[in-house]
Amino acid sequence: MDTMIEVRKLIKRFGLKTILRGLDFQVEAGEFVALLGPNGAGKTTFLRILASLSRPAMGQVRIAGYALPAQASAVRRRLGVVSHQPLLYGDLTAEENLRFYGRMYGVPALDERVMEVLELVGLTARRRDLVRTFSRGMQQRLAIGRAVLHDPDVMLFDEPHTGLDQDASAMLDNVLREVAARGRTVVMTSHDLARTADLASRFDILSRGVIAGSVKRSEIDPNELLAYYRKTINQPAGRN
Amino acid sequence: MMKSSSQTVQRTKIEVPVSGPRTFLRALGAVVWKDLAAEMRSRELLSAMLVFALLVILIFNFALELDAQTRATVTSGVLWVTFAFAGTLGLNRSMAMEKDRGCLDGLLLAPVDRSAIYFGKAIGNLIFMFIVEAIVLPVYSILYNTNLFNGGLLLVILLGSVGYVAVGTLLSSMAVQTRTRDVLLPILLFPVVIPVLIASVKGSMGFLQGIEMADIWPWLNLLIVYDVIFTAVAFMTFDYIVEE
Repeated sequence: MDTMIEVRKLIKRFGLKTILRGLDFQVEAGEFVALLGPNGAGKTTFLRILASLSRPAMGQVRIAGYALPAQASAVRRRLGVVSHQPLLYGDLTAEENLRFYGRMYGVPALDERVMEVLELVGLTARRRDLVRTFSRGMQQRLAIGRAVLHDPDVMLFDEPHTGLDQDASAMLDNVLREVAARGRTVVMTSHDLARTADLASRFDILSRGVIAGSVKRSEIDPNELLAYYRKTINQPAGRN
Repeated sequence: MMKSSSQTVQRTKIEVPVSGPRTFLRALGAVVWKDLAAEMRSRELLSAMLVFALLVILIFNFALELDAQTRATVTSGVLWVTFAFAGTLGLNRSMAMEKDRGCLDGLLLAPVDRSAIYFGKAIGNLIFMFIVEAIVLPVYSILYNTNLFNGGLLLVILLGSVGYVAVGTLLSSMAVQTRTRDVLLPILLFPVVIPVLIASVKGSMGFLQGIEMADIWPWLNLLIVYDVIFTAVAFMTFDYIVEE
C-alpha cells in the first residue's frame, strides 16, 4: 500500500508551550484513522498542520508525496478539510457556496459537479436557500460537500459531530461512510469513541503531544476500545 | 435525506489545475464576487459605513459654523476623516465575516497563491469604499454648499483610497486573529496610513483651492509611491500574516 500521510518528529510550539513533542504518524492510502485524545492533547493543532493552515516548529510532513510547507499548494489540491466550523458563508445559498469554492479550486464542469455534490449530501431541494437558514446538521453536510467538491484523495475531519443531535450525527456518519467508501484516506479527530469505533479502520491515541498508542479495528474488540483508550492516556509519558 | 451508496454516482477523478496566472485571476475574481454577492444580501457593511459617514459629515456641519472661506480650507480634512473612519468600519466587518464561521480557513485551504485572496479582499473593500465616497461627495456638496466635482479631487480620492485599502486589508487580516480586533485595527492602521491621509488632505485641498499643479505634484507622487510600496509589501507578507 502507498503511504498517503507521513509525519516525522513533528514539534509545534505556541509561545513557550510545546503542544506536539516529536510526533510520528503514518497513514496508508485508503485507511480511515480516528485520532482520539483528551482535550488539549493537540488533535486540532496537528490537523491544522496537516491542512497547511499552521507551520510546525520542526519536523517533516509529507502528504501524497508532497512536502509541507514547501509544496503546500500541491498538498491543498489533494486535501479536503471539515472542521467543527462549517467554513461556509451564511449570506450565500448552498449552491453559491459550492460554486464559489469550486472556482477557488478550479473545478472543471462546475455546474454538474455542484449538482452531483448537492445530491451526495442530500441538499438538492435546499440548494437555493441561504446557508444561515440551515440547521447545524445541514450546514455540516454542506461542509462535507464543500470538502469533497474537488475530489480530494485525503480527507481531514476535525470533530465533525460537534453540536449535532443524534439524528444529525447518524446522517453525518452515513456521509462519512460514503466519503470513505470511495477510496479516500480519512483522518478524523473525535471525543466520541462509540461513534468512531463504528467508522474507523484504525485508532490512534494522541496524548502529551505524541501518538501514545495505535490499534487496528481488526486487532481489537470494539467493546474494549474505551479500556484501551484509558490505559493509553494514563500510562506514563514515553511508554508507547 | 442523503442518498444511499448504491444510488450515488461513482467517484470520478477530478483534475484540479496547477497554480498559475489563470488560477490566480479566477480565485481573485471569485473572492470579489463572493464579497459583493454576500453584501447584496446582507447590506450590513455598506449600510454601516454609509450611516457612519453621513453622521460624521452632519456632525461636522453643525459643530463647525463656517464662513465660505474657512469651509474651503476644512473640506478636504472633513472628507478624509469621514472616509478614514467609515473605511475602518468596513475593513473590520469585511474580515470579521471571514473569521466568524471559519471561512478564512476555507479560503486558505484553496490551492491558489494566497496573495489572490488578499487582492480579492482588497478589491472588494475598495469597491465598498468607492460606493460610500460616491454617496458622501454629493451629500457633502449640498450640506456645505461646495462644489466637489473636480477631476483632480477624484484622482486624489482614487489614489488615497487605494493606499488606505491596501494597508487596511493587510492589517485587518492581522487584527482579525485577535480577540480585540475591533479596537486593534484602528490602533494598527492609523499610524501607518498617516502619510496617505496627509498627502490626500493636502492634494485634495490643492485641487479645491485651485493651487498650481507644481505644488500638488509632490503629494500625488507620495500617494503613488505609497500605493505601490504597500501593495508590494502586502503581496509579499500576506501568506505569513494569515498562517499560524
